Amino acid sequence: MFSYTFHWRAAFQALPQMLAGAVVTLEIAVLSMIIGIVCGIFLALASGSHSKILRGAAAVWIETARNTPALLQIYMAYFGLGSLGIHINSFAALLAGIAFNNAGYLAETFRGGLRGVPETQARAARSLGMTAPQAFRIIVLPQMMRIVFYPLTNQMVWAVLMTSLGVIVGLDNDLTGVTQNLNVLTFRTFEFFTIAAGFYYVIAKIITLSARALGWRLFRY
Amino acid sequence: MIEIQDIHKSFGSLEVLKGVSLNVEKGEVVSVIGGSGSGKSTMLMCINGLEKIQRGRILVDGTDVHARNTDLNKLRRKIGIVFQQWNAFPHLTVLENVMLAPRKVLGRSRQDAEAVAVQRLTDVGLAEKLKVYPSKLSGGQQQRMAIARALAMEPDYMLFDEVTSALDPQLVGEVLDTLRMLSSKGMTMIVVTHEIAFAREVSDRVAFFHQGRIHEIGSPEHVIGNPQQPETIAFLKSVL
Amino acid sequence: MFSTSMSWHDLGFVLQGAGVTLAVTFWAILLGTVLGMLFGLIRAVSPWWIAAPLGVVLDVPRSVPLLIQLVIINSFKSIIGVNASPFVVSCVVLGIYASAYCSEIVRGGILAVPTTTRRAARSLGMTYWQDLKEIVFPMALRVMLPSWIGLTLGVMKDTALVLWIGIIELLRASQIIVTRIQEPLFVLTVAGLIYFAMSFPIARLGAWLEKRWQEND
Ligand SMILES: Nc1ncnc2c1ncn2[C@@H]1O[C@H](COP(=O)(O)OP(=O)(O)OP(=O)(O)O)[C@@H](O)[C@H]1O
Ligand SMILES: [Mg+2]
Repeated sequence: MFSYTFHWRAAFQALPQMLAGAVVTLEIAVLSMIIGIVCGIFLALASGSHSKILRGAAAVWIETARNTPALLQIYMAYFGLGSLGIHINSFAALLAGIAFNNAGYLAETFRGGLRGVPETQARAARSLGMTAPQAFRIIVLPQMMRIVFYPLTNQMVWAVLMTSLGVIVGLDNDLTGVTQNLNVLTFRTFEFFTIAAGFYYVIAKIITLSARALGWRLFRY
Repeated sequence: MIEIQDIHKSFGSLEVLKGVSLNVEKGEVVSVIGGSGSGKSTMLMCINGLEKIQRGRILVDGTDVHARNTDLNKLRRKIGIVFQQWNAFPHLTVLENVMLAPRKVLGRSRQDAEAVAVQRLTDVGLAEKLKVYPSKLSGGQQQRMAIARALAMEPDYMLFDEVTSALDPQLVGEVLDTLRMLSSKGMTMIVVTHEIAFAREVSDRVAFFHQGRIHEIGSPEHVIGNPQQPETIAFLKSVL
Repeated sequence: MFSTSMSWHDLGFVLQGAGVTLAVTFWAILLGTVLGMLFGLIRAVSPWWIAAPLGVVLDVPRSVPLLIQLVIINSFKSIIGVNASPFVVSCVVLGIYASAYCSEIVRGGILAVPTTTRRAARSLGMTYWQDLKEIVFPMALRVMLPSWIGLTLGVMKDTALVLWIGIIELLRASQIIVTRIQEPLFVLTVAGLIYFAMSFPIARLGAWLEKRWQEND
């Protein structure tokens, strides 16, 4: 039909290399989520605080993260920090960019989680003689967890997909980076990137399905 | 004994309690009736320190609730409160809801807490529902669970804030039965309610709240059967 | 004071890139909305053995990085010998990507219309299609609008990735200027502000429509 012949065999020989790349991809995603969660909690608290400066800073972060392309945020880390004398490699820039993006979205998630647990719950807990930290830990936090759980896993999938942008700032050992290297060597673009797509799809499905199973076990009510 | 002495309470510029005094003896049942916004709920919140007061004092067994050095968490163990909205903890089963505070606040062992919880849930007629989540219960059942939850702390006093107002009419009876059982066991109670007939039946005294003050107080026969104040008469007419 | 070597000419170049960003966004959203409506409707009203497989297929563009999709379709185009410009490839890939999200929005909107309302419409003697056209769509549209606005804004940000297949849109244009004048912070901030400026009217339009509909309720 067309003159092109597919070379899947050669492509499949590269599977181990790509698997190693997938591990790096997951590493970046997990790290960026951990940083994003910590920063996101602080942003959520800051945007509810009484200090105008804190609120303003949180708003700038959140709005920038949500309203500009993730790639621009990665560029900021890669090129922008460099002009301030902070030179970081592409791995760190990608990680910083995705973490920044995660934090902005998760801040909104956490704000929703805080709002989603009625104040009367804490009040009922206090009326039973619990201390404020007890009421938060035993009553409010578990209910918050349920509200933020699915948005959190969605963000995790997003983080995995965003790691593919690393190749644009020169990262070469994550899944997309490895695929691109193979592509440059062999010009089998279609085969290699289709296999990479399969990897990403499987990773995304593993995350959503295991989250669903976990959520089903954790939140019975 | 609960001694409320001339308490004043404002939310911002809105003065909600304008000098309320009330003594509740051990074993006494006092019903509080009155119009919406007259400050009934606010008074209950002040008794266990969920709200601060600006003037006056509240003594519970001689302890000043609002004194700086009072351990409120300790004080609240002997005052149970049940709200209009039952505030079940949705992430815990019925049994866990009731066991939680005895374990975390009183430091009871799991077995002890469970034994007490099962007993209290049986008292309120929920022995069948131990492992169920609150979302699977009717409003009346959730409200009875909230009562059992407060009772599991073995409080000396119980405060009830319109515990039947949010219920469908056919569910009111089962909750009132629970209150009747408590009063027959000699529990000291303050019951804010719109169920006038019920107040008349179980109370030793009835207090009529009006505009942040106790406008009329006395025996049920007196306040409900033969009220003296025009405002009380008007209120009773409006709810009967 | 602050000084920059970014000239008006450079700014013009960046704005030209912004024009490309808007153009790709427009075509992608147009294609995505048309396809998304179709897929969403099919998923909402057809039996499970059609709806479920379609749902699985439409889940793929949302589970694979857009960058990878761009590269795959771009190379596939060459394989089958279609002579499409990178611009067309970009619009098609982003359009399919948007249609996957849009079908989810449409399906959610239709399913959000309570069955009781639909039964009421049918009980008044409306036909199946009349019910869909007169009752379900207008009601679903209100539920869908905020998400659709969100999708449009999302696609606009995602167009940045088409720089990888050689299109000079807003971000790529900025990067070119950065390489030349070496003021990344300033130029990228300008680019960010342009993204803001382009998103803002769309977000406002959505808020305005939503408010107007609520007033009419
Ligand atoms: N947290 C609060 N902040 C501000 N105002 C409040 C607060 N809680 C209560 N109020 C006001 O205090 C007044 C008394 O409220 P309260 O809830 O004590 O009335 P109530 O007698 O219990 O009425 P109801 O029968 O409607 O429950 C009302 O005007 C109410 O709006
Ligand atoms: Mg009240």
